[in-house]
Amino acid sequence: MATTVEPAKAVTQPKMINLTIEGRPVSVPEGMSILEAAKHAGVLIPHYCYHPGLPVAGVCRMCLVEVEKAPKLAPSCATTVAEGQVVHVHSAQSREARKGVLEMLLINHPLDCPICDQSGECELQDYTFQEGRQDSRYQEPKRFNPVEDFGGDVLYVPNRCILCTRCVRFMDDVAHDTVLNVSERGDRAVIGKFEGKDLTHPWAGNVVDLCPVGALLSKDFLNKARSWDVTRTASVCPGCSQGCSMTVETRDNMVVRLRPRPNDSVNEYFMCDYGRLNYRWMNRQDRIEAPMIRRDNALAATDWETAIPAAAQALKGKRVYVAASPNLSNEALFLLSRLVKLNGGAGGFAVETGPEAPLPGVEDLALRADRAANGKGAELLGFVRGDSSLAGMQNGDVLIVAQDELTLIRDGELARASAVIVIGAILPEIARHAMVVLPTANCTEEEGTFTNLRGRVQRFMQAKAAPGMARPTWWVLSDLLAALGEKTGYFLPSEAFGALAAAHPHFAGMTYDSLGMRGLPVIQHQLPGVGGTA
Amino acid sequence: MGFPHPSHERETPVLSKHFGNHEAIGLEGWRKQGGYQALQKALAMQPGEIVDIVKASGLRGRGGAGFPTGMKWSFMKPGDGKPHYLCCNADESEPGTFKDREIMRWTPHALVEGCAIGAYAIGAETAYIYIRGEFTEPLERMRTAVKEAYAAGILGPNAMGSGKRVDVHVHKGAGAYICGEETALMNSLEGRRGNPRIKPPFPAVAGLFGQPTTINNVETLVAVPHILMHGADWYKAMSLSSPKSTGSKLFSVCGNIARPGNYEVVMGFPFKDFLYDLCGGPPKGRTFKAVIPGGASVPIQTMEEAEATKMDYEGFVEQGTMLGSGGVIVIDDQQCMVKQIARLARFFAHESCAQCTQCREGTAWTTKIMERIRDGEGTAQDLDTLLSIADNMTGKTICVLSDSCAVPVVSGIKKFRGEFEALIKKTTYHPVMAAVA
Amino acid sequence: MTLSSTATLVHGHDEQYAPVFVGERRKELEEMFTRYPTKMACLLPTLWIVQEERGWVSDAGMAEVAELLELTPAYVKGVVTFYTMYHQHPVGKYFIQVCTTSPCGVCGAEDVVKALLEKTGCGELGVTSKDGKYTVIEVECLGACGFATPLMINDLVVESVTPERVPEILAGLS
Repeated sequence: MATTVEPAKAVTQPKMINLTIEGRPVSVPEGMSILEAAKHAGVLIPHYCYHPGLPVAGVCRMCLVEVEKAPKLAPSCATTVAEGQVVHVHSAQSREARKGVLEMLLINHPLDCPICDQSGECELQDYTFQEGRQDSRYQEPKRFNPVEDFGGDVLYVPNRCILCTRCVRFMDDVAHDTVLNVSERGDRAVIGKFEGKDLTHPWAGNVVDLCPVGALLSKDFLNKARSWDVTRTASVCPGCSQGCSMTVETRDNMVVRLRPRPNDSVNEYFMCDYGRLNYRWMNRQDRIEAPMIRRDNALAATDWETAIPAAAQALKGKRVYVAASPNLSNEALFLLSRLVKLNGGAGGFAVETGPEAPLPGVEDLALRADRAANGKGAELLGFVRGDSSLAGMQNGDVLIVAQDELTLIRDGELARASAVIVIGAILPEIARHAMVVLPTANCTEEEGTFTNLRGRVQRFMQAKAAPGMARPTWWVLSDLLAALGEKTGYFLPSEAFGALAAAHPHFAGMTYDSLGMRGLPVIQHQLPGVGGTA
Repeated sequence: MGFPHPSHERETPVLSKHFGNHEAIGLEGWRKQGGYQALQKALAMQPGEIVDIVKASGLRGRGGAGFPTGMKWSFMKPGDGKPHYLCCNADESEPGTFKDREIMRWTPHALVEGCAIGAYAIGAETAYIYIRGEFTEPLERMRTAVKEAYAAGILGPNAMGSGKRVDVHVHKGAGAYICGEETALMNSLEGRRGNPRIKPPFPAVAGLFGQPTTINNVETLVAVPHILMHGADWYKAMSLSSPKSTGSKLFSVCGNIARPGNYEVVMGFPFKDFLYDLCGGPPKGRTFKAVIPGGASVPIQTMEEAEATKMDYEGFVEQGTMLGSGGVIVIDDQQCMVKQIARLARFFAHESCAQCTQCREGTAWTTKIMERIRDGEGTAQDLDTLLSIADNMTGKTICVLSDSCAVPVVSGIKKFRGEFEALIKKTTYHPVMAAVA
Repeated sequence: MTLSSTATLVHGHDEQYAPVFVGERRKELEEMFTRYPTKMACLLPTLWIVQEERGWVSDAGMAEVAELLELTPAYVKGVVTFYTMYHQHPVGKYFIQVCTTSPCGVCGAEDVVKALLEKTGCGELGVTSKDGKYTVIEVECLGACGFATPLMINDLVVESVTPERVPEILAGLS
């Protein structure tokens, strides 16, 4: 049968609209709002109620701009671009309008800055400082409402609320759980909920991020740290296999808060409460702080120059089994897989699971059942998933416990190992008879990459210093492999990643630069047998 | 007619002809007055024909905006395959206005007929009459009239035997002035808070339930049967101000005046005659001081302006105000302008939906300052602050409630500044600091 | 009709909440559904039925309505608190609303309010009289401006009220 050749379909381009914003010409797709188009022109139009992850409300009136030939100021978040428009964001008229909005927002707003968590990251502070009045003309008593506990992690301070309704729209349109409303009318309006129905949705914590002011607060973060005292680092949430882009906020080398980082390909602007509030383990103080070797039937602290050779000695010529944590980076897992290949043996991992909790308003976003960041990476790099992390161990193997806390093993399994080497941040109680212990950083203390459940490879950066003599995992493993005669000796994690990319077709061609801070998907193709398929 | 007073000879009772006549309320009584002949005629015409006639008549929306009705109807695209809706705005809440109430009480079938014709003309099979919750009697009368019309086959799947479906439903509001704003009305009908919507999209494109919708005032719709029966030219010829303002208008007169009530006069009628002759002038022993001729949202007029006004859309604008809803609030020399303007500000603050910052905060702030001045605790800066707030509240919000609150304040300070200044102390009294001391 | 655990949970008081939408009222609700393309559009009329039956709209009432219309109780509450005519707590047997907006304000509405507060024994606006008979509130424009001062007593509109007429009007109520 003859095959018919179909004519190539024309690629439909969106119609482009040309306009001028603050004197800068821009060309954007038809249907875009002036506010978004302004971003393309490098102009930020001040706004509150607008958010790219939420439906447009157009209520705060902060984004009003002057459009030449239009009779009234236009709300730029709710006005689509038109050919030939000339928009002025910082003309006298626009600024007067914004000044008016700011004044109105401040008349009942309490002077809480000294005690308000939002201070330093408050959009009301920012714009008022930038464009607001110097003084207040308001002479009347201010409106007062008491603080309300909305349930979950959220406190509501009505006095500070500017009624932007971002929180209401998030719960309604994105979380699909309308537990917040606007109650009352006029200047009596507040955000409300129904008695007995709390803000316990697994994604509710996002309303605290969305709130431009200090009206919605995290109870967990209450009065904990000042915004200008924290250091912010880009990272990836290790809570589950979704791999939401996040920002780690630290102060005095402690993680004080986790917040989502925008990533259109993974989590848009959001992060679930489980991941968000699950950071205390990153600050654990019961860490292994020095390399240790067994001497006189006890573990004694030593230095790296002693411990690495000791570990290499224990491994030489022996079959190994690696119990890997699914929270290890791709780089670390790659190096461990090389060790397995070198010595013969196997590697396995087990993953803690929990109930899945989707965020219905965003495509393919959920708190995943797998409560670990890199199960996919482990699979792709040759580790076998089991219900016990020691499932694949054979009698007599030298067991390398890599970051695994050995919580998901069965009774008696550990005894089958001929020797135990612990490489990790915590020394599990049941592994106290280990021969060598090599302290490593956790994922906030080193740089690396994770692969999420959809195969997206994403970078995480170092947010704080590892304690004592602990070192990044990839460095420790690199030195160990070198001591076993391998050509490693990587100086940077990017080099380890480069070796990984060269060795595994899924990661072919990837570099830290190409990954950027939003990641790339693994290359999809069949592997000829060994290792996992994509 | 000047209901509840007997009709004045200079009135032109078209819509108000049967006010006070209990006979005309029921279906049989209404038919005797010629009711439903217009609907019968309309259903035999093409919808486009009806739209053209209404366009030609120059009928403009009687709710307050004065938008040409025929043009509004023509925005509804025929044959788009979408359900069209007609909403009748019977939410009459503009202070000073009470004409729709009387239309519904005395001639409920006139409204049913107007809705049916309007629905048919815009390609809608369903019309909702949104009546404010406080109007218990109009609600009862309209519900009964609709029931009677269905029973008589006037409404339903085969309206008057035409083979066309016309459904009319009465929907009760629950106490919100803002639901008189057309997009807020639609939101309220949909079971939401009565928040006005951003336009675009316009109702004719995406309105009630997201479908093409037209919203018309009660008085506008009840004029339509008359226009169909007597012709567009008749409607134009009636007015003294054709072609810009045509037909007759019901003016609701209230406040300090001898004969308050609803009066129907032709467009272009002299306002001075209206106030002193038809309505009987000021109460005994008093003189007129000010008049707000179009409901609380239009600028206050001095008597000098009022007495020079021709009662039509352009005429009121020429004399420093607007026709608006035609709710004529008359204020005599015994009243305090500051007190009444403060009360109007309080009204707007109470009714603000709370969406827009300027309205939510501005209406309340204006009220607080006005009441402070009223109570003798005003300061020298207050008038400038009020005017500045009013400027911030104008032209910057989703709907015009915000602008409406600013209007009496601005026109009041402009035209009655003396009364404000008399109440403001010469000292630098600061209420907050005084409380602390 | 079984009431969801939601409704019984949130009632929060010892008294059992008996559902409103049974029997005739349920039939009314079913008929109402045919008039609108969405269940949500039935919200205002449904709340009116609850108020007609019980005199006010309680949290349990809101929860019942929410379930029937497939809305959340928080959503229903947001709507209830927007509209002034829904009572969110019990009121006196005769709920008296007096218009005091300017058109009535210039016609002496304030004096009517004073007379009512005195003659009903309420003393204060919004406070139910000790015998539970009356609650008096000020409202905005009732749309009867030419008949100043108008009152609403429950569903009844009384036009052209003066302080002098107040005793006779109150006497006329049972």
